[in-house]
Amino acid sequence: MAGNSQEYISHHLTNLTYGKLPAGYVRENEDGTTTELTEATWTFAHGGAEASAMGFNAVHVDSLGWSFGLGALIMFLFWRMAKKATTGVPSGFLNFVEMIVEFIDNTVKESFHGRSALVAPLALTIFTWVFMMNFMDLIPVDVLPTLAMAVGIDYMKVVPSTDVNVTLGMAIFVFALMIFYSIKIKGIGGFVAELTLQPFSAKNPVVQAIFIPVNFFLEIVALIAKPISLGLRLFGNMYAGEMIFILIALMFSAGIALGLMAGVLQWAWAVFHILVITLQAFIFMMLTIVYLSMAHEDH
Amino acid sequence: MNLNLTLIGQIITFGVFVWFCMKFVWPHLLTAMQEREKKIADGLDAANRAARDLELAQKEAADQLREAKEKAAEIIEQANKRANQIVDEAKDNARSEGERIVAAAQAEVEQEANRAKEALRKQVSELAVAGAAKILGKSVDATAHDELLDSLAKEL
Repeated sequence: MAGNSQEYISHHLTNLTYGKLPAGYVRENEDGTTTELTEATWTFAHGGAEASAMGFNAVHVDSLGWSFGLGALIMFLFWRMAKKATTGVPSGFLNFVEMIVEFIDNTVKESFHGRSALVAPLALTIFTWVFMMNFMDLIPVDVLPTLAMAVGIDYMKVVPSTDVNVTLGMAIFVFALMIFYSIKIKGIGGFVAELTLQPFSAKNPVVQAIFIPVNFFLEIVALIAKPISLGLRLFGNMYAGEMIFILIALMFSAGIALGLMAGVLQWAWAVFHILVITLQAFIFMMLTIVYLSMAHEDH
Repeated sequence: MNLNLTLIGQIITFGVFVWFCMKFVWPHLLTAMQEREKKIADGLDAANRAARDLELAQKEAADQLREAKEKAAEIIEQANKRANQIVDEAKDNARSEGERIVAAAQAEVEQEANRAKEALRKQVSELAVAGAAKILGKSVDATAHDELLDSLAKEL
């Protein structure tokens, strides 16, 4: 792998990035020479420095690819089972799928009291997809990047949920749904009233007028905090988990004794992580349901 | 952990998957499951009903059996009674018939005896007339003495 541990770690934490390098950027070539770009170029980044130079005009091909691939896989499996599902006796994998569906249906029924054709499928998508993305964490950290290197791909970060873009992207989608349903159910007036007339309210109109900006500030902070905490919670948990796997993997190259210990540690952390990845998927789903339930409540 | 277009890509991907799940996965699975649930509930209901029906039918069967037995016993009793009656009647008939036959026979015997007596009486009177004729030496005019002979015969 990499020459020293710092390189090893930063290599593991660098995404395969495809983006636009600005004009005038000086690229370092493999042989140490440099090339100055005469115009803005879309290209794969060679390392973290180029990736950060790309700014917003970049795509983490690995994160997006894995997350799309895993989502497509789980959706395809569920779709095939949905086609197979009849009123007859279910068997095999269909049993498992129906168990999950029933579990999510019950959870949604308990927490979400409105009527919506969206929330339950949304919850199912989140739970299964986030679980799949988190599950990539259990694959030993070096396996897929090494394979990718063998076919000429320099960087490969395989756990999409350790990419803040992915988790925040999902959180922003949920946030958009929250806003959409808030306005749809309560109307713009109702939504604005919800943001400005609570938690402080007064009978006296003058006092109320003073309260409105205070309320608005508090409510806006609370509202914005929801998607950010939703996204960062998942990101933080998975990132930390991944980080520990990487640190444990570092020990493999440090002699037989430490290597054996690393094996035990990796196994133990993986077992513990089974709980973490499921729990995080569940929390993401549960909070989405709760947020949407709050958006559906009319005061 | 720099934010970039991946964020937008992920939002679109998420939207597509949610739409797909909402359109093609969730409704099919849930409908199938709910229908199956209903089917199972119906099946259990039917089984319960059938069990109850069976119990009722068994009870009814037992009732009918008991009734049939009672009826049979009654019929046998009646038949026995009737048989006794018939035997008694037959006995009575036989007895009266026998008595009648005996009475008829006795009457006939009596009649025969009377007839014999009559014939005997007639012969005695004839013998008496013949004897008298012999004694008197001449024939007695039967016509002339008929009255006498008849009274004689009646006296015998």
